[in-house]
Amino acid sequence: MSQSEEKKMDTRYTDVVQSSEFKKLLKSKKAFIIPVTIFFFLFYFSLPLMTSYTTVLNQPAFGPVTWAWVFAFAQFIMTWTLCFLYSKRANKFDEKARKILSSLHEERP
Amino acid sequence: MNISGVIFFLAILVGTLAITYSAVKRTTNTNEYYVAGNRLTGTQNGLAIAGDYMSAASFLGISGTIALYGFDGFLYSVGFLVSYLVLLLIVAEPLHNLGKFTLADTIAVRFDHRWLRGTVAFNTIVISIFYMIAQLVGAGAVIHLLLNLDVSFSIFIAGLLMVIYVVFGGMIATSWVQIIKTILLLSTTVIISMIVLSRFHWNVFEMFTHVTTATPLGEQFLIPGNELTSPIETFSFHLALVLGAAGLPHIITRLFTVKDAISIRRSVITATGVVGIFYFMTIFLGFGAAAFVRSEKMEGGNLAVPLLANALGGEFLMAFVSAVAFTTILAVVTGLALSASSAFAHDFYSTLIRKGQASDEEQMVVAKGSAAAVGLVSIFLALTVQKWNVAFLVSLAFAVAASANLPLILLTLFWRQFNPIGAISGIMTGLLSSIILVMLSPNVMDPVSGLIRMEAIFPLKNPGVVTIPLGFLGAYLGTILSRRWQQKDKYDELLFRAHTGAVLEEKNG
Repeated sequence: MSQSEEKKMDTRYTDVVQSSEFKKLLKSKKAFIIPVTIFFFLFYFSLPLMTSYTTVLNQPAFGPVTWAWVFAFAQFIMTWTLCFLYSKRANKFDEKARKILSSLHEERP
Repeated sequence: MNISGVIFFLAILVGTLAITYSAVKRTTNTNEYYVAGNRLTGTQNGLAIAGDYMSAASFLGISGTIALYGFDGFLYSVGFLVSYLVLLLIVAEPLHNLGKFTLADTIAVRFDHRWLRGTVAFNTIVISIFYMIAQLVGAGAVIHLLLNLDVSFSIFIAGLLMVIYVVFGGMIATSWVQIIKTILLLSTTVIISMIVLSRFHWNVFEMFTHVTTATPLGEQFLIPGNELTSPIETFSFHLALVLGAAGLPHIITRLFTVKDAISIRRSVITATGVVGIFYFMTIFLGFGAAAFVRSEKMEGGNLAVPLLANALGGEFLMAFVSAVAFTTILAVVTGLALSASSAFAHDFYSTLIRKGQASDEEQMVVAKGSAAAVGLVSIFLALTVQKWNVAFLVSLAFAVAASANLPLILLTLFWRQFNPIGAISGIMTGLLSSIILVMLSPNVMDPVSGLIRMEAIFPLKNPGVVTIPLGFLGAYLGTILSRRWQQKDKYDELLFRAHTGAVLEEKNG
């Protein structure tokens, strides 16, 4: 590939990435992924931190099962729930990406 | 030597070699060899990812830790599962969209830089070999238990099988070994859990009540803090675990074996489901062992599950469980050997040395040769260190993955100012700081039992809490300090390809 062609390639990618459709796609992805990531980090690390530094989770919750175990089980529910929510949401991202691609094809038949 | 052990071992041998044999004919080019021709379905790849991830350290080690220490063991299970969220939410789809065979391929979409590709490949090989040594030594112990063979000979057999699968069957054989391992491991875990639960009249509360009287810990068994006595150590371990899983080379290689982003999403979700069920059931394995096996017989926990099987179903069940543990290890080391060999053959040889000029046949020869070489080196290293306690090499592998690979992946995907020098400096900082701190830690330095007989200089066994920030810092400083130099950067192309999965055709340009 010659240098001038390479430059052309670059601006084509830049044009798409600068388009409002693409920016919207990135924004909607970030609006989901960043808060969810922060949430699961806090939710997860509060378990080892609470069991290491405090004894509040040592109280019995259900019979012999203490709150530490309940919180640990809740991590499984949390993980599976987030998986489910993400796969729902990701279908919408796919749709946005498909729209961007099909509009590109229309421009250059 | 017990008869059922021999039979199960032979069954595994015949089954896996048959898979490899049928894969030979289909492994005709590099695309088949490295990524199984992208033909795996989401579900198949999900089972294989789970197979890559659930190591013997989980099956034997975590269950044993639960049996000995109760809650603290289960905390490991939780961490191993939650780490999948990083893979699913952040890493899996963009890397799939960008890459062809290796992690270095994905980075090269943005930075076409020879030294950077070399560094990424080198780091991949280092992580794989650390992990492989620990697994092979574990495999030796399991075959020793199963067939009562000499440990060195056992390590050699496991390593040899790994080399055969990879060299002859490539990714197709590797994937099917992993899929079958997942199904075997999951069903075995379900069966034993059911038997354990039936002994407590299908009453979980009865099981919880019983274990408070069954072990030397008494009531304390259900309370956190029996094993993990240092909060900062616990935090450091879990940080490396949650951030490292998505940076493990054999997991990343699996991202390229399906055809599109939807399949990779389905893969990771399937894997998360399977892995979650498995790690949840470690409670039953651990509590069962605590209830039915005397803790002093467990040899630090690793024999808890086989002994539990023996207590529940006699020698037959024990042989079966040991055989499953062996398959588990084989599947993991095979995945590691493949990812290390693809980093060597595809990144170093084909791209850097031959500059993409090598024919497909030539690349295949080098790929197979390097798989054999990586395998033999790992066997040799495993034989050398078999007497040491090498469990720490697994946490070292996670620490390097979290400190070197994760900053690289995240910053390449999300930071516009990032550059190749920053990437190299981040990888090297994460890699070297992890290795050096582990060398100075109580894993290696111990006045009584260490490889180096002196007081440890660095107090933590798991360096993640220090090395992960260092990895990011190295990447940041390298970027800032080299900002003045012109460095080629195709960030827009990376963004487009990572988020749409498409490539713009050149002829239209």
